[in-house]
Amino acid sequence: MIRLTINDREISVPENTTVLEAARMHGIGIPTLCNHPKLTASGGCRMCIVEITGIPRPMTSCTTPAADGMVVITSTPEIEELRKLVLELIISDHPNDCMTCEATGDCDLQELAYAYGVQGVEYAGEKRFYPERDGNPFIERDLAKCILCGRCVKVCNEVQGVDAIDFGYRGFKSKISTSYEEDLDCEFCGQCIAVCPTGALRGKQWARKGRYRDIEQVDTICPYCGTGCNITAQVKQNEIIRITSKPGTWNEGWLCVKGRFGYQFVNSPERLTKPLIRRDVQFEAVTWDEAVAYAAGKLQAIRKKHGADAIGGLSSARCTNEENYLFQKFMRAAVGTNNVDHCARL
Amino acid sequence: MAGLAAIFGSGAMTNSIREIEGMEVIFIIGSNTKETHPVIANRMIKAHRKGARIIVADPRRVPMVKFAELFLRIRPGSDIALLNGMAHVIVQEGLQNDEFIREKTEGFEAWKRSLREFTPEVAEGISGVPKEQIIQAARIYGGSRKAGIFYTMGITQHACGTDNVRAIANLATLTGNIGREFTGVNPLRGQNNVQGASDAACLPNVYPGYQKVDDKEIRQKFEKAWGVPLSPKPGLTATEMMNAALDGSLKALYIMGENPVITDPNMHHTIKALNSLEFLVVQDIFMTETAHLADVILPAACSFEKDGTFTNTERRVQRVRKVVNPPPRARDDLTVIKHFSRSMGCPMEYDSPEQVLQEFGRLWPAMAGITYGRLEKNGIAWPCPSPDHPGTEFLYQDGFPKGKVPFVPVPFTPPAETTSDEYPFVLTTGRNLFQYHSGSMTRRVKPIEQHAGEAYVELNAMDGKKLGIKNGERIKVRSRRGQVEIKARISRRVAEGIVFIPMHYREAAANVITNDALDPTVKIPEFKVCAVAVERIVSEADEQKNAEG
Repeated sequence: MIRLTINDREISVPENTTVLEAARMHGIGIPTLCNHPKLTASGGCRMCIVEITGIPRPMTSCTTPAADGMVVITSTPEIEELRKLVLELIISDHPNDCMTCEATGDCDLQELAYAYGVQGVEYAGEKRFYPERDGNPFIERDLAKCILCGRCVKVCNEVQGVDAIDFGYRGFKSKISTSYEEDLDCEFCGQCIAVCPTGALRGKQWARKGRYRDIEQVDTICPYCGTGCNITAQVKQNEIIRITSKPGTWNEGWLCVKGRFGYQFVNSPERLTKPLIRRDVQFEAVTWDEAVAYAAGKLQAIRKKHGADAIGGLSSARCTNEENYLFQKFMRAAVGTNNVDHCARL
Repeated sequence: MAGLAAIFGSGAMTNSIREIEGMEVIFIIGSNTKETHPVIANRMIKAHRKGARIIVADPRRVPMVKFAELFLRIRPGSDIALLNGMAHVIVQEGLQNDEFIREKTEGFEAWKRSLREFTPEVAEGISGVPKEQIIQAARIYGGSRKAGIFYTMGITQHACGTDNVRAIANLATLTGNIGREFTGVNPLRGQNNVQGASDAACLPNVYPGYQKVDDKEIRQKFEKAWGVPLSPKPGLTATEMMNAALDGSLKALYIMGENPVITDPNMHHTIKALNSLEFLVVQDIFMTETAHLADVILPAACSFEKDGTFTNTERRVQRVRKVVNPPPRARDDLTVIKHFSRSMGCPMEYDSPEQVLQEFGRLWPAMAGITYGRLEKNGIAWPCPSPDHPGTEFLYQDGFPKGKVPFVPVPFTPPAETTSDEYPFVLTTGRNLFQYHSGSMTRRVKPIEQHAGEAYVELNAMDGKKLGIKNGERIKVRSRRGQVEIKARISRRVAEGIVFIPMHYREAAANVITNDALDPTVKIPEFKVCAVAVERIVSEADEQKNAEG
C-alpha cells in the first residue's frame, strides 16, 4: 500500500494507482473531461491538474502515479484559474447551442461550464464548422461539438477492439476521423456515445424524442442474446426514447448494437393488438373471453377424442422464468401431457 | 446441453462472465462471440489486453480471430477430430492433470486407448487444420490450469452435437480445467432466457430444475405440489412434435413466443407439419410467419411490458421490469396462461409474478434462496439454496454432483450429409451482428434494417472466380430440400468450398435448405452442415445473348 496526503487527508491506496484514482477511491472530487475510469489516461484536457508539494508546476493527476509520502492539494486559486482558462479555451470553439443540443442535461462540458461560470465570450474567434453529417443510420457525429478528448477513440480500441476511428489532421484542424473520412461502418455498439462527454456523439434515433427532463429511467434486462446485459430504459410518455447502461452494472455499461439501438420494435405499428380467430381464410377480431373459451374448448375436445398426448406446447426463451414455469405447469397439469419444449436447440 | 449435464451434472456455463478476465487461455470453438455475444467478447478482449492467449477454432474467419494467437480453420462438422487430436497430444506430451484424473475422474485408461487413432496427422486429415497448429493448440490449452472453453451452436447444432460436447468435456477433464475460478466449460446461450426456459422445464423429459418426469418419487412430489395426477411418459421435443404433426399423432399445438417456420430446419417440412394440425394457437407480439398458420392468435406483451426474471447464460437470475404499457389489448403471458387454465377447469391463481417464482423455488432447491427483493440491485447466479446464500459464480467447487467425472470415448462421425458432385459446397448457417434470430424484433428496427436489411451468402473469392460470380450478384443456393435466391457477398471469412447464410431473412430463409437430421440424444438439428449447390442465375436476356452469340 501507498500512503499519501490529499487535501490534508491521509489516505492509503494500492500500488499502481494514479493520484486521480486515489482521490476518487476516497471520494475526493477532481474535475475531469478527457479521463474515463474504464479507459487508459491520456492527460490531454488538463482539467485534473493538482498541486503536488515539491513539484514546481501543476501536475495532471490522471497520469501521475501516487507515491509514498506525496502531499497533494486539489484546489487552490491558481489551479482553479488554470482550469477556468482551459474551459474558456475549449468553449471558445464550441457551438454553445445548449438550447437545442441533445446532450443538454447529460453533458460533462455543460456541467463544468456551469460550475466555473464560463460562457464562452472570453476568447471569441474562429470556430470549427462541420456541416456535413456521417451517413450511418445509428450514430450522429457532430464534430463541431467535439472537444477532442479521445475517449471515443480509446473505447473503440481498448474495449471494443474495432479501431473504427482515430485522430486525423493537426492543430486547429484536428478531428476524429474514420479511415479516408468515409461514413462510419463499424459494429455500431455505441460505446463511443456512452463515453462522449459532450453532444458530439448521440444516437440518431434519439433526436428530438426527449432529453433528460420528464423522463423515467427503469433498469431492466436486454431482450436479445443470453448475455443478459443490464440496461436502463429511458421512457417518456409510455415510449422508450433511449436505452443506456450504467457503468456500475456487471456488463460495465457496455452494450452491443442490438441492445443499444434495437428497441423500436416495441412501438411498431405491426404489433398484434387484438385476439384473432380464423374463420375460413380470414381472421376475425374477438374478445379475450371468446378467444380463450374457443381455444380451451378445442383443446378439450381434442384431448377427449385423442388423449392429452395429441396436444403439444412450445414455449419461448424470450419469455420470463415465471411465464415458462407456468406454461409447462399448464401443459402438464391442465392439459396432462409432457409434450412441452422450447427453442434451446435452435 | 444434455451432453454436458450427463458428464458434469449441469448443462450450464461453469464460470461467470467476470471470470473471463482472470483466464490465461481462452479457447473459443464454434462460437462467433464478437457477433453473437458482443459484450462477452468485450470481456475476452479485456482478458487479451491483460495477456490471455486466445485460440479460435471455426470454419469461418470470425471477428474474434483478430485477437487470437492461433486460428484453427476447421472443416464444418470435424470438431471431434480436432478435439480428440488435441487430447492425443496432451496425453502424448504428459500435459494432463494427473492429480485431478486420479481423484475426480473415471474411465481414463479406456478413453486414452480410444485416442490412439487420433494422431495429429489423422486429425489434420479430417479437420483440415495443419498438425503443427493442433499440437500448438494442445500445448497452449494443456499447458494452462486457468483455461476456459467457450462454445455455442457451432458445436451443438450437428447430428453429432452431443458427441462434440463430450469431446470438449474430455479436454477440460483431462487437464482439470473445471471446478475452479477462472477455468471451466462454457456454453454461451443464444437467447435472453434460454437458460431460464430450460431451468423452468419447458422440456419434455423433466420437471422444473431438471427433475425427471419418469422418476416416480419426483413425480409424486410434483403431483402433491400441483394437486393433480401427472403423466409419467416423457413428451416430445419440438422437432419431434413437427414429425408427429405430420404423421397425424399430434393434433393441436400451443405456441407461445416462437417462430418455428423460420427457426426450424427444412422450412417446407415445418409449414406442412403446422398445416396438418387440427388446431394451432399462437401467442406472440407480431404476426409472425408461424402466426399466419394459426387458428387462434393471442396478442402478447413483450419483455419491456412486464415484470419477471430472466436467467442469463452464466445462470444469473436478473430482474426484468415493466418499462412501458403494452398495446391496449395485448396481455402478458402469465395473465393469458392463467385465463387459459381457468377455462380448462384447472385454475392456477397467483397474485404476482413473484409468487410464481416462489413456487418454482419451493420445488427446486437451487432457486430457493432467490427473491425479488434480493434481485433489486444485482442478479444472483444459481445454485442459491437459501435466503442468505450469495449465489454461485463457478460450479463444482465442492466436487461433482454425480461423483466422478467419466471420460467418454468419442468416435468421429461425419456430418449426416456430405458433399457430392451435384451439391459440392458445404453450407453453414448462423447469426450476424445486427439481426437477431428470426428477425421478428430487429427487422422492425429502422436503422438495423437500413444497415443490414438484406440477406446474403458469404462465398470465398476463389469460388466466386471459378463460378464467375461477382460481389453483390444475386445467385441461387440449392440443397436437396429447397433453394433460395440470394445476394453473393465475396468474403475471406469463408474458406473455399464453404458458404454461409445468416438465418434471419425470411425472404431468403436459410432454413429452406438446411437439413433436419437430428442429433440422436438431444434432437438438435444439423443447422451447421448441409450440402448445397451454388449457381449463377442466368437471366433470359443473358440466355438470348448466348443463343445469338
